[in-house]
Amino acid sequence: MKALAKWIADGTPWVWLNAAAVSASILLVAGLLILIGVRGMAHFWPLEVQKIVYQQVDGSELILAGQIREEEKVTASRLRESGLEVAQGSEFVTRYLLKTGNRDLMGQDFRWILEPSIISTGKPQSMVVFEREEWGVFIGMLIGVRQAGQLLEDADVWGSFQTRLDHANELRDEIRDLEKSRIGSVNYRLERLRLKQRGLEIKGKDDAASLAEIESDRTRLQKEYETLEQELGELYTRLRSDAVIVTTVDGQELELPMSSIVNAHRPNQMSLAGKFGHFFHNVWKFIADDPREANTEGGIFPAIFGTVLMVLLMSVFVTPLGVVAAVYLKEYARQGLFTRFIRIAVNNLAGVPSIVYGVFGLGFFVYTLGGSLDRLFYPEALPAPTFGTGGLLWASLTLALLTLPVVIVSTEEGLSRIPRSIREGSLALGATQWETLWRTVLPMASPGIMTGLILAVARAAGEVAPLMLVGVVKLAPALPLDGNAPFLHLDRKFMHLGFHIYDVGFQSPNVEAARPLVYATALLLVVVIVLLNLVAIQVRNRLSERYRGLES
Amino acid sequence: MNSAHKAGPAKIAARPDNFHLWRSRKDQLASKVIGLGGFVVIAAVLLILFYLLYVVTPLFLPAKISQTSLNSGADWLKNDTVFLSLEEQQQVAFRITQKGSAEFFSLDGLNLIESAEIGKAGQNVAVAAADQSYSGLVAVAFEDGRVSLLGNHYSTDFSAGIELRKIIPTLDYPYGTAQRELMPGGGITGLALSDSETELVLAAAGSGGRVRLEVNLKQENFLSGEVSLESSVKTLDVDFEIAAITISNDHRWLYLGDESGRIHFVSISTMQEVQTVQVSDTAITSMSMLLGGISVLAGDANGYVTQLFPVRDGDNQYSLEVIRRFEGQGATVTRIIPEQRRKGFMTVDADDNLAIYHSTAGRMVLSEKLSGQPSALALAPRASGLLVLYSNSPAEFMDIDNEHPEVSFASLWSKVWYENYYEPEYVWQSSASSNEFEPKFSLTPLAFGTLKAALYAMLFALPLALMGAAYTAYFMSPALRRMVKPAIEIMAALPTVILGFLAGLWFAPFLEENLAGVLSMMLVIPAGLLLFAWFWTRASQRTRGLVKEGWEPVLLLPVLVVLGFVSIEFVGPLQDLFFEGDLRTWLSREAGISYDQRNAMVVGCAMGFAVIPTIFSIAEDAIYGVPKSLSDGSLALGATPWQTLVRVILPTASPGMFSAVMIGLGRAVGETMIVLMATGNTPIMDWNLFEGMRTLAANIAVEMPESAMNSSHYRILFLAALVLFMFTFVVNTVAELIRQRLREKYSSL
Repeated sequence: MKALAKWIADGTPWVWLNAAAVSASILLVAGLLILIGVRGMAHFWPLEVQKIVYQQVDGSELILAGQIREEEKVTASRLRESGLEVAQGSEFVTRYLLKTGNRDLMGQDFRWILEPSIISTGKPQSMVVFEREEWGVFIGMLIGVRQAGQLLEDADVWGSFQTRLDHANELRDEIRDLEKSRIGSVNYRLERLRLKQRGLEIKGKDDAASLAEIESDRTRLQKEYETLEQELGELYTRLRSDAVIVTTVDGQELELPMSSIVNAHRPNQMSLAGKFGHFFHNVWKFIADDPREANTEGGIFPAIFGTVLMVLLMSVFVTPLGVVAAVYLKEYARQGLFTRFIRIAVNNLAGVPSIVYGVFGLGFFVYTLGGSLDRLFYPEALPAPTFGTGGLLWASLTLALLTLPVVIVSTEEGLSRIPRSIREGSLALGATQWETLWRTVLPMASPGIMTGLILAVARAAGEVAPLMLVGVVKLAPALPLDGNAPFLHLDRKFMHLGFHIYDVGFQSPNVEAARPLVYATALLLVVVIVLLNLVAIQVRNRLSERYRGLES
Repeated sequence: MNSAHKAGPAKIAARPDNFHLWRSRKDQLASKVIGLGGFVVIAAVLLILFYLLYVVTPLFLPAKISQTSLNSGADWLKNDTVFLSLEEQQQVAFRITQKGSAEFFSLDGLNLIESAEIGKAGQNVAVAAADQSYSGLVAVAFEDGRVSLLGNHYSTDFSAGIELRKIIPTLDYPYGTAQRELMPGGGITGLALSDSETELVLAAAGSGGRVRLEVNLKQENFLSGEVSLESSVKTLDVDFEIAAITISNDHRWLYLGDESGRIHFVSISTMQEVQTVQVSDTAITSMSMLLGGISVLAGDANGYVTQLFPVRDGDNQYSLEVIRRFEGQGATVTRIIPEQRRKGFMTVDADDNLAIYHSTAGRMVLSEKLSGQPSALALAPRASGLLVLYSNSPAEFMDIDNEHPEVSFASLWSKVWYENYYEPEYVWQSSASSNEFEPKFSLTPLAFGTLKAALYAMLFALPLALMGAAYTAYFMSPALRRMVKPAIEIMAALPTVILGFLAGLWFAPFLEENLAGVLSMMLVIPAGLLLFAWFWTRASQRTRGLVKEGWEPVLLLPVLVVLGFVSIEFVGPLQDLFFEGDLRTWLSREAGISYDQRNAMVVGCAMGFAVIPTIFSIAEDAIYGVPKSLSDGSLALGATPWQTLVRVILPTASPGMFSAVMIGLGRAVGETMIVLMATGNTPIMDWNLFEGMRTLAANIAVEMPESAMNSSHYRILFLAALVLFMFTFVVNTVAELIRQRLREKYSSL
């Protein structure tokens, strides 16, 4: 007992509690990363399809097929409260969240089933999961394939289905190419012509000659459009000619047009290697595909593309400005009250809530600058705004302002690590201050600059609040970079990973179905940001090691 | 290095002179460009501040009014105007004369555009009243007690181009040309008209206390779409002279003002007086409904205007309450003119003063002396222009610049009694579908929500961050510290959108399921930890040797996991015993605490998670920076490590820890995404841990995209941003100054 009293009097329990605080923090980070990792990965893993005979509340039997997405224990009392009958004596009931798909037939994708009500389960080898363009997945069995209205008499139904699916996918690629790039380009040029004509009207230069020229261009484009349209129509007819005959697990037979099927797999027949193959295939599809069904299915390519492009543009703005400001503070300005003031200002800038930058960006960049630009340079498009609405340029400028302090602080740190002797040596050899800076100081400080830039990029990639005000949208009709001159469209709205998470997770009509996709998106974002930060930390550590020898 | 750069470039003989000239030019240019870069940063900070100020300032600028005298030659306008109105573009006006002609005239030159006779020959107009919902319908009462209904409408002709657009007025009789016999025997002194989708109500007051109401039910023919009226007349005779009469837009109430300062509150359905309210000790001289037809404004002979509206009590009974009073300039209020798009109004008094008020803001916006007593006035629909006719001087037009009358310090921060509310409240409700909606711009609930979220976040973050920092800086082995610091830095880099998403979609449902378990962690974990620590110290030397000194956190990781698991899986279910099954239902039943799924506790944990690294790393730096000699001295004198930490190290580092807390607070106050996603975003004022809130930042994110540029709403959102900016600015500056002080102190030790 005495030992205990002494133990307490020494304050050792407090030391343990303090140690526990560190452990708790680490545990929180690790737990969060693991949670996102596991849930995010699960989105890609091909789950086996269970066939379940299920007893409904009214006693009738129901045959379901689906993938078990979640399992949880609920108290029996809660179930009884919600009107379900649960056998007495059991405190807890396990229930499963079954993804049944077939939303077009059942009205919902998911349903909770209670373990005690399950009569039997099985994993029929023949279950197929079809990913479709709309209505979510279809889970059922493949019966036959119809090619151009003719039922194929092939023993290997799955094989012939695969060939026809490949064929359909090729056609779909062609259609996408036609719609997006070629017809898109014609439409873009037509719109440019309309603006050109309007511009001439405004300037009063709409004489007959130029109008006739525009008109002839327009007829030519319209003709081009008609040919493309025809081509597209043919492709669609070919695409729609195939169909598959499927049955649901309870025997309902129906025909799915091949054009509606994106992909299909038979999870119950897959070997482990096959599952891994499918997993990586899904990961690739997720990264490279466009979203489908109000962003709740498909990939996130436009969001990745938008994020990367915005971050790149931001880097172009923020790097020179940040470096120049840091160099000024460290190398040129006389140290005193003024530099102290600037340092505090920079620190404050780092502490200002990001939403305030968004408000500033919207008011100053979008409405004030953008509005003036529109009146000066794009009067022909008015009242539709060109730069007077949120867009790529304003978003990257806003974020450049937001990340400026990061670059300045990091660059300054890099500069202050460079020993004075190096600068003095250079100056003593007759170099001007600029030459000293350019040839010796900056190259030595470059890891510091890099660190700052990487941290800025990581911050910008994850920032959402200001972007919501200055140009991010849930679904952008076109990428901000394409084959139409001037190729980089700074005025276009774009998609962003962080906003995608917010939008799909909270604004989507079918949150349950979209949740795995949100986890996957979050995983991607976290991986990118953690990697960027690890690189930054490594660079910084290298830097401090390299100059440790020089300090004395 | 500052002295170093003054050394000029040394001459190198082998190079031509212009090369050196070029070098020095380049050097000078570089200095200038780099100097400029420094200023750009300052400019950026100042630009943000000043731009926010620039947008916010117009909210607090006084309104302005400027008069222009219109064509003095137009004498025909001077006399006998009974009714005057102005069209939206402020180009054409409409008036009704005492002789019964309706005239459209242009403001530019005061030329007559069109005129028509509305009465029979010899019929003189007594009073006229516009529809209270400003549909363009006007009721004209003649001296013989008959009433005519007519409409004035305007269309715009763009055929000559946008610049040369022409306003084309039309006069019509939507309910037929037949006159209605409202007050047999004549003598109408007051008239009110209210037209709604389903009903058209005309109310007239006559001399000798006579009140006549004509209630017309609208019946629409499904085939032709024609509207026919089914009229019924209601009468009421009172024993006082009626000074003013109005009806509410929902056609439930009739208000009569009398000459002894009382307002009589009459139910239209029963035609019974429900209540009498004494609003003044002098006569009521003018009355009018505020936009929306809920509030009645009564002006008296002392110059006061009183706003009243019916307030429903607990038993669904209505009583007329005096809401607020507006002080005038002491002279009799002769006219009250409500605005047509906002809850503002104008008065004219017997001393020729014109005053503009706003009801929600409860203030006089502006007052101006007119050049005489006006014979007629018309306010433009946007309340940006006023046409004044005088009987003995030329007509005047006034441009009114009054963009944001609804904003005052009181309307932003104090309790306001809004229409249809039981009592004064703090409410933020910025927009609604209807034009007649009273915007409620109280920033108090938002500021409250911000503080609430920040407070709960700090409650979660402070113990973990500060204790963790103390351990890491003082007890932890250097090798472990090199791993822990980057891990915490990564924690800081996690995008808040991910924290918010996990909080809203994972943690909130989890907490709802396991509330008792999570709450029990607060007891189970510290107790379990101490128990474990005690047994660990009693363990054999060999066991303890497995974990070197300064590596305890690694040892505690599995312990924490086990304790957490025990809390959720075993302690949580004990709620069945203590709380009759479920803690949440027990809380709401026994303690009256309601539970939202996305609540302050979720936000506190998620945002706490976001601020831990900020606080941790700054506090850790401060503690780590305390000179070793101090702790060595303390230990040498026989103090235990903990005593040294608490008595010596922490007091020295406390300013740094304080600044860490300040910076963490700044971050919690401005955080947007977590709050946006982890609460229901309802602007309520309640400290309840299990209910949500709306913060300033989340409010900006939600409402900014849909607010119209330069509207009051837009500027108030900018004001919210400015408040956030200033708050973090002050907090960060203080924290930074403290930190710089501390650094100097350390270097001197």
